[in-house]
Amino acid sequence: MYQLNQVDKKFPGVHALKAVDFEIGRGEIVGLVGENGAGKSTLMKVIYGAYQADGGSITIDGKTVRFQNPRQAMDHGIGMVFQEQSLITNLTVMENIFLGFEQQFVRWGVIDWKAMAEAARHQLRKVKLDIDPATITSKLSFAQRQLVELAKVLTLEERIDGDLVILLDEPTSVLAKEEVELLFSLVRELTSRASFIFVSHRMDEVLELSDRIYVMKDGAVVDVVAHDDAKVDAIQHKMVGRDVDKEYYREQKQQPYDSDKTLVRFDSVSVAGKYKDISFDLHPGEVLCLVGTEGSGREAILRTVFGLEKPTSGTVEVKGSSFSRANAQEGVARGVGYVPRERKVEGIVNGMNVYENMTLSQMGNYASKGILRIGEEKALAKKWIERLAIKTPDVYKDCGGLSGGNQQKVVLAKWRSGGSDIILLDHPTRGLDIGAKEDVYDMIREMCDDGAGIVLVADTLEEAIGLSHTILVLKDGEFQKRFDGSPGDKPSLYDLVHHMI
Amino acid sequence: MATTETTKTIGSGFPIGRETLVKWAPLLVLIVLCAFFALMEPRFLSTRNFARILIAASPTLMVAIGVTFVIIMGSIDLSMEGAVSVCAVAFAFCFLWLGGTLASWAWLALPIAMLVGAAVGFVNGLIHVKLKIPSFMASLAMGFVGTGLALMMTGGDRIRIEDELFRSLLTERILNFPLMVYVAGIFLLIAWFIQTRTTLGRNFYAVGGGEDLAVASGLNVNRVRIMGFTLAGVFFSVGALLAVGRLGIAETATGNNFMFLSITAVVVGGTALWGGIGGVWNTLVGVLIVFVIGNGMVVIGLPGYVQDGVLGILVILAVILSTDRKSISFVK
Repeated sequence: MYQLNQVDKKFPGVHALKAVDFEIGRGEIVGLVGENGAGKSTLMKVIYGAYQADGGSITIDGKTVRFQNPRQAMDHGIGMVFQEQSLITNLTVMENIFLGFEQQFVRWGVIDWKAMAEAARHQLRKVKLDIDPATITSKLSFAQRQLVELAKVLTLEERIDGDLVILLDEPTSVLAKEEVELLFSLVRELTSRASFIFVSHRMDEVLELSDRIYVMKDGAVVDVVAHDDAKVDAIQHKMVGRDVDKEYYREQKQQPYDSDKTLVRFDSVSVAGKYKDISFDLHPGEVLCLVGTEGSGREAILRTVFGLEKPTSGTVEVKGSSFSRANAQEGVARGVGYVPRERKVEGIVNGMNVYENMTLSQMGNYASKGILRIGEEKALAKKWIERLAIKTPDVYKDCGGLSGGNQQKVVLAKWRSGGSDIILLDHPTRGLDIGAKEDVYDMIREMCDDGAGIVLVADTLEEAIGLSHTILVLKDGEFQKRFDGSPGDKPSLYDLVHHMI
Repeated sequence: MATTETTKTIGSGFPIGRETLVKWAPLLVLIVLCAFFALMEPRFLSTRNFARILIAASPTLMVAIGVTFVIIMGSIDLSMEGAVSVCAVAFAFCFLWLGGTLASWAWLALPIAMLVGAAVGFVNGLIHVKLKIPSFMASLAMGFVGTGLALMMTGGDRIRIEDELFRSLLTERILNFPLMVYVAGIFLLIAWFIQTRTTLGRNFYAVGGGEDLAVASGLNVNRVRIMGFTLAGVFFSVGALLAVGRLGIAETATGNNFMFLSITAVVVGGTALWGGIGGVWNTLVGVLIVFVIGNGMVVIGLPGYVQDGVLGILVILAVILSTDRKSISFVK
């Protein structure tokens, strides 16, 4: 009934969806799986109208439709239950349920709250949630909020005559086991009225709930498996299924690390709500890669090493001395450099020029009694522009105007020139084109040769395998398995995925 | 840095892009205004008149420079009226008590006044940072406290400062401009030095341009903020001293009008309200625009109330021009 035919979507530098065919029948539950970056979320966005496809067509019951925005998709019965809770927490439950659709309760210019509460109660009954619709949303538990989200989408039932398609994006990520069961039985009941598209990192859940499963890789649908034929192993193979290009990841430049010295030691460290009981050692010259799905605790571990996150138990030692107080300044003083995920947000300061950005973390070294020695700053910037081949007209260029790859180089130059020897990289190649990625790989190898230790959260699994000496696989904040990644003896993608989901 | 180049002539920035336009627009506006008033009334261009504009503008320039630093950090300081009043009154009391002339120990009243300003700013920053109160609210409240203190100290009286040496700020002229204009100029250069040459100045831009990043680079952002407010307090006190020097009177009302004029000047000068962009030269241009309008309207004979209206419209125009609305989805 709902079909995508040969749908294409391109972003600058990325072919996000490649001729995707997708189909969902009345009352069907369809699962959607794939690695991070395989194109799942793009596909979802095309389906609920947040993105418009560049090519191909969308049909409902044979009629071609085109949505300019999610509201139009809703008018055709397509609703989205968001992964990150989209409820406005300072409004009441009923206000959230009917947000943007209050007009139906307006009498003489004022809202008839009784009528709205009654209608909201009706919606809440559908999801078997027995709460007062006038409750402020922030008072609800996460599980309750997830159900309210579902109830909100189910208002489509009354508004729309035709069939409904409801997208569930990672609905179980914040739920406990029994809450998941509850949600699943609810979804199964609701198939009498609606079809569901279910996206999850948890393979067992997808297998349990879905009638059919679409497997995506690199923006294309690589397989469609029926419920009865679905095997976790086979699906995982399909999700990855390719070899790592050794040349591309500079594997030939990978040197063994110095295992006598330890830069960072984690001893059963936990941060409540983020990860628990993580232990590892980082040595000079080592690339240690944290692998896991979104929310597996990778970022939190980086932030703990840097000092932005305070461990609730366990000890963190940096260069032999443990610390308990958490604060970024001390992290920098200990020689830790952090390259966060969003360069635009946390990597460079827009409006500040190249040398100003480079010395931001080490201004003390370029100032006497608070007065900057700008000449030295510029000399430093010139040296690193040359060394890393940063493409900028001069040191006065506003960093906001540089390309993503060059911004990344400025950020790395900032930490390396300041003498940081523990470098934390969070998705360092995200959004970069291939050439710029290779530059970053080269820089990672160089830093290792200089005796720096690197903790990496890679953008893709191939990157993780290609670059790292050691791989730690995490799942839901817990340690799963440690892999050794010496050249020639690297784990396969499948080995990792198997432990991730 | 966008600031040093404001002194160059226009024309180097062509062809005009949006950024170039935004950067040079304040100076352009100033020149157009001067040309307009000169056409309407040739006497506008006389040295006497310029001296008059600069005398009136000097105290506001000091206050506006102080608030510029705070706005570059992405915060705002609204305590200037109270701070100026309390600094002016504190100065006057100390000055008279210590001898009543600069030739005696009474000169100590000058640094004391600046310390008072610094203290007001420091408390401001402390309240803002440690109690996590939005800067506009913390500083507005501190301003009222300052006004109250000044009123309590004076009991509503005016205090006259008649020391000729101190009044020479106004009466002594070099090249037709009184000393206070040069004093203001020196403090402008000091502010420029702080802005471009010190870690503190750099930190203001870092905090305003990307606070998360400043934290992730190991800056002590709270310390920078407190220092920023303290520095602003010092410049408020310099403004207060020039204001007292100009009128020879210190009273609670000394601080009146500084808030609207200084914020207007900073915004009209092109310093962005969300921080990270702008500088003290922008503020100089902004202050001149504000006072040229005020003076010009008097010169061509328009009533004073038109002035306020025109300034208000100018502020809105300046913000419209300098805001890239595509990148901002919600404004609160």
